[in-house]
Amino acid sequence: MIADLGLWATVLAFACAVYAVAASLYGARRKQPVWVESARNAVVAILPLLTLAALTIIASLVRSDFHLAYVVNTSNRAMPTFLKVTALWGGQNGSLLFWSWLMSAFAFGVMLRKWERDRELMPYVIAVTMITQAFFIGLVLFFANPFAKYWELPSGDIVSAALPPAGALPFRAAEGNGLNPLLRHPGMIAHPPMLYLGFVGFTVPYAFAIAALLTGGYRSEAWIRTTRRWTLAAWLFLSLGLLLGGRWAYDVLGWGGYWGWDPVENAAFLPWLTGTAFLHSVMIQEKRGMLKVWNMVLIILTYCLVILGTFITRTGVISSVHAFARSEIGVPFFIFVGAALVGSVALLISRLEGLKSENHLDALLSREAAFLLNNLLFMGITLAVFWGTFFPIFSELFTGTKITVGPPFYNRVTGPQFAALVLLMGVGPLIAWRRASAKALGRLLWLPTASALLLAVLLVLLGVSIPGAVVGFAIAEFTAATTLSEFWRGARARQRSSGEPFLTALSRLIGRNRRRYGGYLIHLGVVLIAVGVVGSHFFQKESQATLGRGESMSVAGYIFVYEGFREIPPKPGDDLVRDIATVGLYRDGRRLATLYPQREFYQATQETLTPPALYGGRMGLEDIYLLLVGWEQAGLASASFKVYINPLVNFIWLGGVVFILGTLVAAWPNPAEERLLTPAAERRLALGEV
Amino acid sequence: MAETAWAPPTRIARGPSGRAKFYIGGLIIVAAIIYLIVSGVAQTAQFFLTVDELKAKGPEIIGRDVRVSGAVIGDSIQYDPKTLKLTFTVANVTNSNDEIARAGGLAEVLAQAVKDPNATRLQVEYIGPKPDLLRHEAQAIMTGRLREDGVFEAHELLLKCPTRYEEALPEQSSGE
Repeated sequence: MIADLGLWATVLAFACAVYAVAASLYGARRKQPVWVESARNAVVAILPLLTLAALTIIASLVRSDFHLAYVVNTSNRAMPTFLKVTALWGGQNGSLLFWSWLMSAFAFGVMLRKWERDRELMPYVIAVTMITQAFFIGLVLFFANPFAKYWELPSGDIVSAALPPAGALPFRAAEGNGLNPLLRHPGMIAHPPMLYLGFVGFTVPYAFAIAALLTGGYRSEAWIRTTRRWTLAAWLFLSLGLLLGGRWAYDVLGWGGYWGWDPVENAAFLPWLTGTAFLHSVMIQEKRGMLKVWNMVLIILTYCLVILGTFITRTGVISSVHAFARSEIGVPFFIFVGAALVGSVALLISRLEGLKSENHLDALLSREAAFLLNNLLFMGITLAVFWGTFFPIFSELFTGTKITVGPPFYNRVTGPQFAALVLLMGVGPLIAWRRASAKALGRLLWLPTASALLLAVLLVLLGVSIPGAVVGFAIAEFTAATTLSEFWRGARARQRSSGEPFLTALSRLIGRNRRRYGGYLIHLGVVLIAVGVVGSHFFQKESQATLGRGESMSVAGYIFVYEGFREIPPKPGDDLVRDIATVGLYRDGRRLATLYPQREFYQATQETLTPPALYGGRMGLEDIYLLLVGWEQAGLASASFKVYINPLVNFIWLGGVVFILGTLVAAWPNPAEERLLTPAAERRLALGEV
Repeated sequence: MAETAWAPPTRIARGPSGRAKFYIGGLIIVAAIIYLIVSGVAQTAQFFLTVDELKAKGPEIIGRDVRVSGAVIGDSIQYDPKTLKLTFTVANVTNSNDEIARAGGLAEVLAQAVKDPNATRLQVEYIGPKPDLLRHEAQAIMTGRLREDGVFEAHELLLKCPTRYEEALPEQSSGE
């Protein structure tokens, strides 16, 4: 039985993780590097072991081995092979194994890189990452075992267990339940791995932070510089996961939107918010030696939210206290998050003395103050999202009635804060460190301000009457203008001093200052996303109608003509039935396209999916989102359609691409920076010689 | 105080008020954020009620956005595909998971509710395409408001059917 091999590999990996924790701590205590080296070897061994474990699950899925409960739950014979492979993360138990595997890959990477440089910290980095690793492997083994098989007891009952119960005979289901159709979309295949990579990645900076607190390494900023790229990588994956999740929702869920403030979405968004606050506020620590305690708080919070997020995204139990209590993995998760939070904060408090700020804030108008405001806003949004997500639980616990808050709550509370953040994004980078002169700032800002006001007036004159939209677009324009002007001024200055052509100057400017201009690119991406959010939020139009053959409906200047209907029976070996309507799309008397909205019906699971037919109208400035929502089998031969017109929604995806490119630029290794991080340079830095 | 060591003389005089400015500014922002959250909850929070609880609330609930769940009575479903007007009646079912578990699962509770002539009933009106899952003994979760005439006007309609797979599975965690 190949799955048994996987089971024992997982058991061995668990033993390695536990051993690594013990050996690294013992080695650090007794100052015996040989134990730490041994712990390191144990960490390195976990990756191949868990790789083997994951491969056995994949093999069982591909071979439709319905002796395994997990295979029955997440696949069936009709599924194509590549979907069977992705079913590894299609269910709770498999995805926890997948999480553990990604964690082991990150830990493996940490062990191989720059061991010498961080020799002091490493024992504790091993301990923290391996406690996390052991927790997840433990969940896999003891609470959510993907290797569990069905057994028939002598009484005739069927049970699932990893090891055969006494007297039981193996039981094999005839067919599997199949993967949830929602999870068969390409976006959903890539989305969970990205999200998990982001989640897992934040364990690395957290582990270094805790190690720094334990060793006294917190007195310098070395741990921040060491983990900067790890943090950026985690953040990149998390951002990518969120973007792909949004795109998936848009393409598959068929409600016309990309973000619904669902608890599961919020759970992934929360660590992104605190992680983003962390990325910003460590810059103050690097530059001015301030906010040391705060940065520790942020990375601790991010780690705890990552664990909490994994739990919520995996089980979806936030809607009710009872669901939480019923979930098998609820209690261990709760204990682990609680222990991590309490333990980390206690450790932090015991080290407060050494974390005093080296500097104080000098002026309200300073880069430091702008960063503080940035952090305040990120925390405000985090608090609002957290409160909204957990409100049903609190209300049920304390009042007995379940009270929920929906998208209107989140839009109302976070909307103004996001707007303030985007505005700050435009001003902040222009403000000087320590103390800025209002006059100098005014010189940089008057033109963008004037252009934003001009845009606002223009929008009002054009008939845009929604204040939120006018303000939103004006702020986006302002921030785009200030950010672009930074590129312009930098490139011009370089051009003047070096005589290079403008484009060469621009690309060298970015290449030589990757962190700074990568950051600005990310900001531009955010501005584009903001434009898309404002446009699609305030100006979405929707309409629905039932049409007979040849009849038409008209929405926002577009005419939809219902032309035909056909049903495509499943291909041999498949269970997917497609019902497809043919709809002609016209504007101004011209045929633009033929749209095929459809309903997918999965016979095996009796589940349906309504993916939209999409068309980019007005040169892609607005998305036409057409759904086939119902039809009469006989008689009328009519079909019902729902149409959404989503203006500017494509800016979100475009912004996402710019955002990711910017992150790559910021994270790309910079030889000059690497040199700075040699042990000698580090010592000089610590001694204040640089 | 490290800052006094190199701050210009005028700043020493203004020192405390300089710190105070940060605290005041910070407090104003924190207060604004808390205000946003509190008022946001007050204005957008929705009660999640059973039909019994909705009827017990009386006139105070009329016109307020609430969520209600109930068991769909199949015979009552009427749908006009031309106008997309959908009406149906739901019977009261409990919201409590413990009670549902005691009564033998959601499917059982829903089946009992539609049979029980004494269960409180609620007429629902919805404009939109008829969902496939709207059928006898399904659980409907509706967001909307109660009208003066006692009809519930839903603007959002979610349906849950206890699937046969969950029950058919031999003892298996149902989190999948």
